[in-house]
Amino acid sequence: MELIFKKLAQFSASLVFFILAATALVLYLSARPAIEEFGLSFLFESRWGVEETRLQPVLSADQAFDEVPVIEDSEDVLLDDDFIDDEDDFVGDDDDESSGDTRIVYGALVPIVGTLFSTVIAMFFSIPIAMGIAVFLSEIAPKMVAKPVGVAIELLASIPSIIYGMWGLFYFGPFIAEIFGGNTVSLLVAGLVLGIMVIPFMAALSRDAISTVPDMLKESAYAMGATKLEVIKDVVFPYAKSGIIGSIILSFGRALGETMAVAFVIGGVYQFVGKVTDPTNSIPVVLANSFAESSGLSLSVLFYLALILFAMSFIVIAVAKFFFLRRK
Amino acid sequence: MIFKRIVALGFVGIALATSVQAAKIEGTGSSFAYLAYKTWSKAYYDETGHQVNYTPTGSGSGIKEVTARHVDFGGSDKPLKPKALAKAGLIMFPSAIGAVTFAYNVAGVSDLKLSEAAISGIMLGTIEYWDDVLIVHDNVGVKLPHKKILFVHRSDKSGTTFAFTYYLSKMNREWRKKFGAKKVIDWPSSNRIAGKGNFGVATAIKSNAFSIGYVDYADAKKNDLDMAIIENREKVFVKPTPASFEAAATYADLDPKKDFYANIAYPPKGYPVVTATFVLVPKEGENSKQVIKFFDYALTKKNSLIEEMGYVALPKAVIKKIQGYWLEKGLK
Amino acid sequence: MRLILNRLFLIFSSAAALVGLFFLAWILFTLCSKGLAGLSLSVFTNDLIDGGLRNVIVGQLMMSGVATFMGIPVGILAGIYLQEYGGNSKTTEFMRDLSDVMMSAPSIVIGTFVYAIVVVPTGHTSGWAGVLALFILMVPIIVRTTDDMLKLVPTELREAGIAIGASKYHVTMNIVVRYAKAGILTGILLAFARVIGETAPLLYTSGSSEFWSTDLGDTFPSLTVSIYNLATMPDDEMVQLGWTGAFLLTAMVLVINLLGRYASNKKRR
Repeated sequence: MELIFKKLAQFSASLVFFILAATALVLYLSARPAIEEFGLSFLFESRWGVEETRLQPVLSADQAFDEVPVIEDSEDVLLDDDFIDDEDDFVGDDDDESSGDTRIVYGALVPIVGTLFSTVIAMFFSIPIAMGIAVFLSEIAPKMVAKPVGVAIELLASIPSIIYGMWGLFYFGPFIAEIFGGNTVSLLVAGLVLGIMVIPFMAALSRDAISTVPDMLKESAYAMGATKLEVIKDVVFPYAKSGIIGSIILSFGRALGETMAVAFVIGGVYQFVGKVTDPTNSIPVVLANSFAESSGLSLSVLFYLALILFAMSFIVIAVAKFFFLRRK
Repeated sequence: MIFKRIVALGFVGIALATSVQAAKIEGTGSSFAYLAYKTWSKAYYDETGHQVNYTPTGSGSGIKEVTARHVDFGGSDKPLKPKALAKAGLIMFPSAIGAVTFAYNVAGVSDLKLSEAAISGIMLGTIEYWDDVLIVHDNVGVKLPHKKILFVHRSDKSGTTFAFTYYLSKMNREWRKKFGAKKVIDWPSSNRIAGKGNFGVATAIKSNAFSIGYVDYADAKKNDLDMAIIENREKVFVKPTPASFEAAATYADLDPKKDFYANIAYPPKGYPVVTATFVLVPKEGENSKQVIKFFDYALTKKNSLIEEMGYVALPKAVIKKIQGYWLEKGLK
Repeated sequence: MRLILNRLFLIFSSAAALVGLFFLAWILFTLCSKGLAGLSLSVFTNDLIDGGLRNVIVGQLMMSGVATFMGIPVGILAGIYLQEYGGNSKTTEFMRDLSDVMMSAPSIVIGTFVYAIVVVPTGHTSGWAGVLALFILMVPIIVRTTDDMLKLVPTELREAGIAIGASKYHVTMNIVVRYAKAGILTGILLAFARVIGETAPLLYTSGSSEFWSTDLGDTFPSLTVSIYNLATMPDDEMVQLGWTGAFLLTAMVLVINLLGRYASNKKRR
């Protein structure tokens, strides 16, 4: 009994490790065709699903057209069906299989940049506000206010992200479009919705970190005539530094991998943004939108994207864990 | 105590999970056909208790999923050639005819007219502003704003995109050479956003001023979107209405010998951007028979339901042909 | 000067807090006003095909419930191992960190993983695939809380147990776990609340269905996936139903959270 129990417990603990390893392995294996086709240049390629001539890369688009016999202007020719691309003649193989002298190019640069930009906007927006809330709750507000507001913040952190996305689509997007111009779906809206989503999470974690500062330290500083600002700046923040930075990085990781809050509002267009009010795309949104309709190489490309996202979030979380949030 | 309760709950869950369900069929694909299939499915369920669960994932997904036999039928607005059907072991028949409209959102402009030249210019990205001469030319007296045109297109692999670009390819030589007819297009327009499914595009148009996009008539109508009056092959401006679709649909050549393969856009008369939507069913299997039963019910008894929504019902003669086709394939 | 700066700082952080709270209040207000508008009895008695949410609510609860049921023993046992058997070795620390990393993995990535190992081989979306994805999401959360809660159990209790000759198994199950029970229960409830609101890992694992179903082997109705679909429909009635679903989902999550809080407070008293 004793032994069985121990083994069972050990097995359960290893299961977590096993799942993590299996995720990485399965994603890698599923992404292999895409990795072999595009290699690491996938990361720097900005085109998505665009056909390219494989064998004559020197040929510019215009030259290529010159070689096509000019079609006569008669109606009959115009009404032929030969221009339909025959991709579905290969149904059963692969919808997107590169055939002959052309191949379809996929690149991850647009979604990668979109993911990073939206996350960075979210951080710029949420850090000051979340820190404000954390300081307000732990140092400024009277107990009577701090307690219920604190609980409310923690509850808000548990609201499903799809709610934030819906609100962003119907209310916040139009609001932002009104103020900044541009569309109701854009990089800016996505970043801000993400920011609002992580505020309660970040604020709750930071408040916890701040509340670990011993009262003794603060009181001795006050006794020496320090103002609140000085106490917070010189005593509280330095003491709680690693906890606060950890909370920021965890929020960063959460925003990075968020799907539903962004899916409604980022626009889903494979293009770089000229200005923040332009629509673009992010990795989780590409995954959410395209999985059902992809097969063969285009599916493998999505697994490649998932692998990249997994690696990005793994690094962020690992950094947070190993440097800032070491558990005693 | 609490743990025991959780355990008990869990067992109830498992017990529920393994209880047997009545027969049902799964379909996926074309969002163009979604409103029609959903309406039919509801009527079928209320009358017979049989479940037809159709998810609008886009025609690309419909073709892929039914080929892989993940679902019992696929919906696609892009027809497959008989050769491709044979290879995938599928049969195909049309279920309805519909139209793709140019839906737009410009405050104060309700009966926008678009000539073929204007449409080509907007799609190729050469017309960037609403007050471009090519647009103004046909809209004398209408106050068009000097605002950038926001083009809304599909983000998923779509049969609607195929039908729409098929029309563009027939209508415009430059488009045909550069882009052709596909389910996904690398759109040349610089100011654009994408929506998932026809309703995604409709919603995006609704919520963004100065936008224009291609949406199926049923979705545009349901959403109260303004729809442009466009120039057809006779060089006449036609309004998107069921009557003008029907005029166009009479030219559809739906022949069971070719598995009904037909692209019907840009007919000699009527509204030019029309398309049939198709059902793909595996050649074999009990579920395929269930699918046929459902569509037999829908086409013979409930066509009036979808006409109210803005689809054009298939003519009686075509339905006869489809029933013959089912018999011939041994599925009825 | 110092005092002015101080004043400014206090105003700034209070203002920041107000701005943050304003947005969050706005969301809740929208949710309640839009959600309550469509709330009626028919929402609970009809399935999605007939304009209600009965099947998707039950489906969501069932998938989360089965996932929790599977996740509880695994998560608790793993937590027990880390705290009671692992000691402070490097390996244990490493496993702890991995579990934490797993806890923060993007849920959509978990979805793609399950798609590759369940949906691709079996050929179709199913309730079980959804259950597996939710299970993977929640195990690390239960591990973490169990681990934390067991850490709070005084060592003296364990020593006392050993001293009267009880086996390690008995000490663990009857003394340590019993002591930490309320905390672990809170953890489970919070984990349940977390997975019940998940959409991304279900999108292409369970899919969603408009009909009543209790067969997890088939495409399964899901509340969150349905909300996602309904919200993008052009039909005002469907969008309204989406809002009602969103409201009910949030209400469920908040109630479960409050229950969790209540459980842990009761223990402290």
